[in-house]
Amino acid sequence: MSEATCVRRIEARPSIVFDALTTAEGMATWWCPDDGPVISAASDPKVGGRFRVRFRKLDGSEHECSGEFLEIEEPRRVVMSFEWTSGGVPEERDRVSRVELQLRLIDTGTELTVIHAGLYDEASADNHGSGWGTALDRLGRSLAASSRLHPV
Amino acid sequence: MVNDTNQSLNRLFSALGDPTRRSIVARLARDSGLSVSELAAPFEIKLPAVMKHLDILEDVGLIRRAKHGRTVTVELSPRPLRTAVDWMQRCERVWEGRLDRLARFAEKKERESQERNE
Repeated sequence: MSEATCVRRIEARPSIVFDALTTAEGMATWWCPDDGPVISAASDPKVGGRFRVRFRKLDGSEHECSGEFLEIEEPRRVVMSFEWTSGGVPEERDRVSRVELQLRLIDTGTELTVIHAGLYDEASADNHGSGWGTALDRLGRSLAASSRLHPV
Repeated sequence: MVNDTNQSLNRLFSALGDPTRRSIVARLARDSGLSVSELAAPFEIKLPAVMKHLDILEDVGLIRRAKHGRTVTVELSPRPLRTAVDWMQRCERVWEGRLDRLARFAEKKERESQERNE
């Protein structure tokens, strides 16, 4: 429950999807959370390299975020961290986010999996691998199934 | 409002960053209304340490304690978890939009690449 996951099949080969995900030209097309324009984008897609995207949402507000490429296995996997340096969308604001992108070759192109974790600090990041996400997932299911709980 | 939500999410994730507390919550999810001593029984740590964990879980609103005579029972309270689920769903909506635009761009690049090779 602490992670958001999305899977999408894209009719393009993994190397093209990888470039679309990591280059400034690619990021400029998709980073904005709505159909508003990206004003500037810069990216240095290598481990330790940074990226920065500034965009205007459809409501006219401007936002900027920057982050770092933490892991790169071209064209199969990218891990990046990012935070909003101005503005930001509520789902991602006030915290460092970690996004893992997994690309899998399929008959029709690429299956892309996005795992977005909102991390609150280093301690939480350290715990990330130890499964609180999984624990919360299980809990969510238990809660949905449990009739013992009193409604709040 | 947004900041309040983020702060409570941060506190919730922090509270659940500890394996003992996760274990307490998982047990309560199966068996809500256990007494404090029943909850403490499987752990090697002493009762005061368990009480400290319960304090932290109560602070973030994940549990409620109720006194019945000399027994204190503990119940799970699902609201903070619902907040976490809501965050996750909103976050997935943001990514669905991004993936729409990413797919359009990458598929255009793929078509251009194939046309060049024809």
